[in-house]
Amino acid sequence: MLLLLYLSGGLFLGWSLGANDASNIFGTAVSTRMVKFRTAAIIASLFLILGAVISGAGTSQTLGELGSITMIAGAFMVALSAAFTVLWMTRLGLPVSTSQAIVGSIIGWNLFAGNSIDFYALSRIVSTWIISPILAAVFAWLIYLIVTKLFLVVRIHLFRLDSYTRISLIAVGAFGAYSLGANNIANVVGVFIPVVPFTDIEFAGITFNSAQQLFLLGGIAIAVGIFTYSKRVMLTVGKGLVKLNPQTALIVVLSQALVLFLFSSRGLESWLAAQGLPTIPLVPLSSSQVVIGAVIGIGLAHGGKGIQYRILARIASGWVSTPVIAAIITFFALFVLQNVFNLKVY
Amino acid sequence: MQLFKKTKKLELKMDEFLDTVSEAGIIFQEGIKHYLNNKTDRFENQIKKIRQFENRADNLRHAIEQQLYTETLIPESRGDVLALLETTDNVINQAKETLLEFSVEKPQVPQIFHEEVLHLTDHVVHAVDEMTKAIRAFFKDPKAVRNYTHKVYHYESEADRASEHLKRAIFSSEKLTLAEKIHLRYFALHIDTIADRAEDVADRLGIYTIKRSI
Repeated sequence: MLLLLYLSGGLFLGWSLGANDASNIFGTAVSTRMVKFRTAAIIASLFLILGAVISGAGTSQTLGELGSITMIAGAFMVALSAAFTVLWMTRLGLPVSTSQAIVGSIIGWNLFAGNSIDFYALSRIVSTWIISPILAAVFAWLIYLIVTKLFLVVRIHLFRLDSYTRISLIAVGAFGAYSLGANNIANVVGVFIPVVPFTDIEFAGITFNSAQQLFLLGGIAIAVGIFTYSKRVMLTVGKGLVKLNPQTALIVVLSQALVLFLFSSRGLESWLAAQGLPTIPLVPLSSSQVVIGAVIGIGLAHGGKGIQYRILARIASGWVSTPVIAAIITFFALFVLQNVFNLKVY
Repeated sequence: MQLFKKTKKLELKMDEFLDTVSEAGIIFQEGIKHYLNNKTDRFENQIKKIRQFENRADNLRHAIEQQLYTETLIPESRGDVLALLETTDNVINQAKETLLEFSVEKPQVPQIFHEEVLHLTDHVVHAVDEMTKAIRAFFKDPKAVRNYTHKVYHYESEADRASEHLKRAIFSSEKLTLAEKIHLRYFALHIDTIADRAEDVADRLGIYTIKRSI
């Protein structure tokens, strides 16, 4: 019971991730009524959990390199502070991402525990945040050009295009959910990996290690977030800031899924290493910022008109402000937990 | 795969609807020819046919509208497609109404105006034909829509010119009474209105095509 209470910080982060980020995958599909919310929620939850359990280890290891939290109370406060940062900054209307909040919180824990910060790991993480939206823009731009050229050759009836789009939105959405689960589960439960007392479980001939059990729990929390709150966010996203039609949404989701997958796939990492090529760091990203990158890519393919450069400045400010705020909050929260509640946090 | 079957059926219905509109144009043209040549039986037969075609177009339009709504197909462009169907239906309605007015009012068209009436009808039917091609292109090849809509505009302005020419000729005639002149003027106007309805469809297509391009 106490363990569940400690995990609640992470599970809350998971709930908020499901509530907010599922809309990056199925927002337009649901708001344009191409895919029913129930179908979207089931597919997103299932593939998110699969992605988390099967491929979540890569990005978790990177977070571990930044700071391996040694006490469960500390992990609890790190996750809770990150969740609080996300909640607070969202309420203030500031650009925020769970990935950036958790990194800030881990740094806050390092500072509190008096550990030195691994600046190599930190620089790898921060540079990835900058590269990922740019990469998404490049992918979206390329896919958009290929698709528009393809449409000049292949003539598809409007009604048939509708069927193809629906099926593709579901298939690409499933890939997007898998990649999001693989990439972002580290934010939700990554900090608990070194401290949970889980033992390996064998089920249907497959062994699930303690990290995978944590990923499953985190995945379930995300699924709860999707089912309980994401519909509202999906309808707002679809009709709000960036209005996409189902076909452009498909390109955006595919670009996002590819970027998230690239930055979470251990398989790809080892393949690149085997070919003697430079590997891609496995880092939790902000799916919202990746989506904005992809939308900008499509805007550039349209000739760059209508791009709001102020949004780019806001994203860049979030790269700095979110981790700093999260680090400060975590530092003080750990201080309170240690001195008021007498709990060991490191 | 159920989804593909449904859309295939819908595609067939839409094709049938456009075939009906296009054929109605030809029936209208034949009807006018028979009327001018005093072939009353054949003229009345064309009226019967155009009524059937108008009825069929109505049924198809309702079936398409119902399927689009009950199966929530093309939610993004559904409103556009429905408006397109309705404005297209106005074309066939106008053609039927015009033939019907010939049957009811039996205007006396002097031989000297026959050629000009046929000329006007020819432009109108061409406008309708290009309009159906433009609609087909909207569904299958949006880039080609402009090729057809500009022909619709061309034939519509030709029809306007022919109609004006006919009206001038009618009113400068010394053999007709004012009542006969006014009566004939309305028929020139009715025939020309069919091309105006086709132009309405082309206008809408222009906007919907821009919306369709991603």
